[in-house]
Amino acid sequence: MGGSLNMVGYGLAAIGPGIGIGLIFAAYINGVARQPEAQGRLQSIAILGFALAEALAIIGIALAFVIQ
Amino acid sequence: MRCPGSTERTRGIALNVTGLVLRAAEGGEGGFEAPGPASFDLPPVFSVAGVGVTKPMLQLVLGAVLVFGFLYLAARKRAMVPGRLQFAGEQAYSGVRNGVGRDIIGSRDFMPYVPYLVAMFFFILINNWFAAIPFIQFPTFSRASMAYALAGLSWLVYNAVGIRKHGFLGYLKLQCVPSGVGVALLPLLIPLEFFSNLIVRPVTLALRLFANMFAGHLLLILFAVGGEYLVLHSDNWFYPVAGVAAWIMAIAVSFLELLVQFLQAYVFVLLNATYIAGALADEH
Repeated sequence: MGGSLNMVGYGLAAIGPGIGIGLIFAAYINGVARQPEAQGRLQSIAILGFALAEALAIIGIALAFVIQ
Repeated sequence: MRCPGSTERTRGIALNVTGLVLRAAEGGEGGFEAPGPASFDLPPVFSVAGVGVTKPMLQLVLGAVLVFGFLYLAARKRAMVPGRLQFAGEQAYSGVRNGVGRDIIGSRDFMPYVPYLVAMFFFILINNWFAAIPFIQFPTFSRASMAYALAGLSWLVYNAVGIRKHGFLGYLKLQCVPSGVGVALLPLLIPLEFFSNLIVRPVTLALRLFANMFAGHLLLILFAVGGEYLVLHSDNWFYPVAGVAAWIMAIAVSFLELLVQFLQAYVFVLLNATYIAGALADEH
């Protein structure tokens, strides 16, 4: 089989951000369930946190393609 | 799982691992070319003075024209009782204005940045949605250079805003010296903060947009091309079934991508607003 070990490494590296994004949205859903009127304020914070956690996965996929 | 022949293997080295799944399925006889970064290198449509003009470049122009046209037509009448188009424009505008500008930058001084944020949001949104519009079907920002240019613009804006408000040294101090930290830690923290706030920010901003568009489009190509290969180029009765399943997955993924494309435009503008808010922040 062909292919590069980089991609396996990227798969492993994506576990961390995956768990992180899961935690962020779990907390967001919890917060909205407890206090539905806070949804507007929580939403932008949740998406901001999601973007920051996702940055790690994004750097990972870029490096997986760049480093040979 | 059969091992492919040696010619197949040499060809496979250049391909990425997404091809592995299909190569295992194809039974070793064929030449399935897995899509990779090379799938995004489109030939120039035409060339001006030796410089090739490619499809994503044309899409940038088309996107700008469409955004201008939509917002101009929606704002032209300014009727007291809005028509359908004006209503859509006002809803979209106020979503960015209140949901991003006012909530993040703060109600005191968000107004000067609203045109910038609104224009950027719609420009990115339409360019991302080009990936799903029939006959265009290519996300402009899956070319990294486009996303880097946009992030460079936002880097210039938030730094200029901060320098205008605090002066050059004051702005550097605001961005690089965290408050409430002991003097002993400062030599460690100042380079880190400088690196993180002034150098890495535009890079992650651009990479986030680029990599999301790139990965999403790559996934779609893989499902479409792989499905076609399984349906048309196999002798086993089961592979066409898997191919049709791949096509159905491609449709499902397209809808997921619509959401991702919207979310990335939103996140890009949200982070822009956050950076501007950070540059405007008073000493604390």
